[in-house]
Amino acid sequence: MNIWVLVSYGAWAVSILLFGWMILDALAVGKQYKEDFLMSSREGEE
Amino acid sequence: MTTTTTTEGKAGGGAQHISLRKVLGPVHVWALGVGIVLVGEFTGWNFSLAKGGAWGALIACWYIGLLYTCVAMIDSEVTSTVAAAGGQYTQAKHIIGPLMAFNVGLYLVMAYTMLEASNAIVVGDLLKSFAGETGYPDLDVKPFIVLTIAVLAWLNYRGVYATLTVNFVITAIAFASIIVLFFSVSPASPGKVLLHRELFTDLPYGWIGAIGALQFGMWYYLGIEGTCQAAEEVRSAGRSIPLGTMSGMITLLVAASLTWYVASGLMPWQYLGQAYTPLYDAAKLTGGGALQAIMFIGTLFAALASANGCINDASRSWFSMGRDRYMPEWFGAVHPRYRTPYRAILFLIPIAVVFALLFYTRLDLVIGFSILSGLLGYTFMSFNMMRFRKLWPLGSIHRGYVHPFHPWTAIILLLLCTTVYFATYLGYSDMLLSIMAFYIAASVWFAFHRYKYVKRGDQFTMPWPRPKGY
Repeated sequence: MNIWVLVSYGAWAVSILLFGWMILDALAVGKQYKEDFLMSSREGEE
Repeated sequence: MTTTTTTEGKAGGGAQHISLRKVLGPVHVWALGVGIVLVGEFTGWNFSLAKGGAWGALIACWYIGLLYTCVAMIDSEVTSTVAAAGGQYTQAKHIIGPLMAFNVGLYLVMAYTMLEASNAIVVGDLLKSFAGETGYPDLDVKPFIVLTIAVLAWLNYRGVYATLTVNFVITAIAFASIIVLFFSVSPASPGKVLLHRELFTDLPYGWIGAIGALQFGMWYYLGIEGTCQAAEEVRSAGRSIPLGTMSGMITLLVAASLTWYVASGLMPWQYLGQAYTPLYDAAKLTGGGALQAIMFIGTLFAALASANGCINDASRSWFSMGRDRYMPEWFGAVHPRYRTPYRAILFLIPIAVVFALLFYTRLDLVIGFSILSGLLGYTFMSFNMMRFRKLWPLGSIHRGYVHPFHPWTAIILLLLCTTVYFATYLGYSDMLLSIMAFYIAASVWFAFHRYKYVKRGDQFTMPWPRPKGY
């Protein structure tokens, strides 16, 4: 199999891993923290 | 700063509040602004030669350079005062009103998301051409387009400091590659390598061609206004935003002039006006394999830096609109560990991927949408600046930076924008009218449906005195 074909499959695999990681992390954060807390930032405030 | 640990705010825990992390300095602001833009020197600006020849392209370079200098000056003053994520959206909300704010927010999200998609397409095309040179011309670009967006979105998700530090490194390398190219063509010895005298002609289509070239001059600088999206995450907005933005604008003026000088002295306007990678072609003409490799890396890094900065900016705009309920409030969440607008970042990923995959053969269309959205935003800025100085004159509120020549900067900006609209109408009237129709439809939706959800009482967050005349 051509090296570029392998690299293409690798690109799909890494993309799916990264998207999956972000989605799972976002779901975990949503379960661990209260919605009010996650959305408590105020404009320009430190 | 409000201390936020991983235990605070957990389900069942106490009530605290969270914020974006203030860790950025002027270098990051420079990296954000120049990073988004620099890819335009590697591809895109040269289409101006097809309309106006070499001289028309130079006119476009400096004419649009003046437009963006006005943008940078105005942005620096307003953002040094309205130091909040959302940039021009937040400015519009405070200075003009909700409908303008909604439109400006949408311009920003669309401009940056489309630009992100365009950059991912450029990365895919570059890898395809590289694969072609290694004997595999049929490379499918789609996995590489998706990978580009995935890696950069992940970086943005994990934290702003690492994201913009990476952007600084790859942007600096891309800028250095332009400098290397410039010195490789013996710029001090005209006629030796550079053949301006032989290649230059009069304006091929007269002055109307020179006006038509203006739209493509936007590619040199499109996105420098994105620096103000970092306002809520810089340690000192009053210092970092003006310093990063103005030094970024100077960098771009230098890079644009060098790019034009080298490319137009090596290739005739008929070729340059339709080339996809003019600086890489310049390296092929003048240097050996090393220079070609440098320009390949420069182009790749510039496209990556641009996409990276666009994800940062589009997500801050969307996040700010969610926080004020201009969009569903759910998007206004901050990640408790990484302190990034993680839901806004996640939401915009499929939009960028879909646009990049659907339109990867129509880069001009995606870029055109981005440019016109940006142009609408600049037009707003001229009105915004006039109103800002009228309602809060100098001395009435603290400004981190006061730009000179007011009101001429705003007036000149408006006049320059009008000319570019005309130039766009000459070449892309359908696109211009379609985009106008899209924003009008979105405004109607906002006015009759969405506005009732907006946090009207909480919108005005700046500790300013009552505006003059109210």
